[in-house]
Amino acid sequence: MERLKSILLAEDNHMDVELTLEALGRHNLANEVEVVNDGAEALEYLYRRGKFSSRPAGNPAVVLLDIKMPKVNGLEVLKEIKGDPNLKMMPVVVLTSSREESDLIRSYNLGVNAYVVKPLEFEEFVTAVSRLGVFWAIINEPPPGSSRGIA
Amino acid sequence: MRMDSIRSILLAEDNQMDVELTLEALGQHIFANDVVVVGDGAEALDYLRRNGKYADRQEGNPAVVLLDLKMPKVDGLKVLKEIKGDVSLRTIPVVVLTSSREEKDLVKSYQLGVNAYVVKPVDFHDFVEAVSKLDVFWAIVNEPPPARVNAG
Repeated sequence: MERLKSILLAEDNHMDVELTLEALGRHNLANEVEVVNDGAEALEYLYRRGKFSSRPAGNPAVVLLDIKMPKVNGLEVLKEIKGDPNLKMMPVVVLTSSREESDLIRSYNLGVNAYVVKPLEFEEFVTAVSRLGVFWAIINEPPPGSSRGIA
Repeated sequence: MRMDSIRSILLAEDNQMDVELTLEALGQHIFANDVVVVGDGAEALDYLRRNGKYADRQEGNPAVVLLDLKMPKVDGLKVLKEIKGDVSLRTIPVVVLTSSREEKDLVKSYQLGVNAYVVKPVDFHDFVEAVSKLDVFWAIVNEPPPARVNAG
């Protein structure tokens, strides 16, 4: 039986996926991550549709959501999640290169739980994501129906 | 972004021992965050709305509110409901920091739109460790909304 992944990472940039997994791996959280590469796939995972129709039920403990992604962008995914009674309690953290205030404000207005700007420098990126992973997969208590990371 | 380099943390907590432990944990970081402590929910709302004794405080929202649930006068869930129902306050990140392990408090908090929910560890060292990690994320890693948000 496949276990439910406790972190959903929606990110189209391959390098950022690698760095994020590396950072989460420092706290043994990398095995808990399901990676999807665009917004449509993120929604398929959450709604258990398409290739995810047989995944175990339940929501991830946190969704790490890039904004600029193909097919369906991160803000649209966020809007879908926070507008769906079965998904809206699930914590969503935007993890983006965008320093545009309009993205920041729009994300908070849509109900994002947290907003992290990807640091440009490698070590700073890994440190930030590592701290993010520790807080959301270990310290935060997710809503019922979530799977937690095993630290 | 980060126009205003130091943004305050509002700690709403009536238990003096928990206040001291939290301040100790917050003090471990190089970022000398300005922590404002209020002892009940009514005072938390006064602070946020610049009412009463906070009428003259500088304008702007804290970077994060750490909110106990069981507090005198106005409890934490009511404060959370007020914040998330107020267009000028609702984007402020609110982290519930509570001893409550009751699922109804957890569910109600998320339904009201809490940003995160942390159960206070019983052990002293675990408590300081958890608050310290909470602080690192919310005061350093997270990008808070602009200090003044227009209704949107």
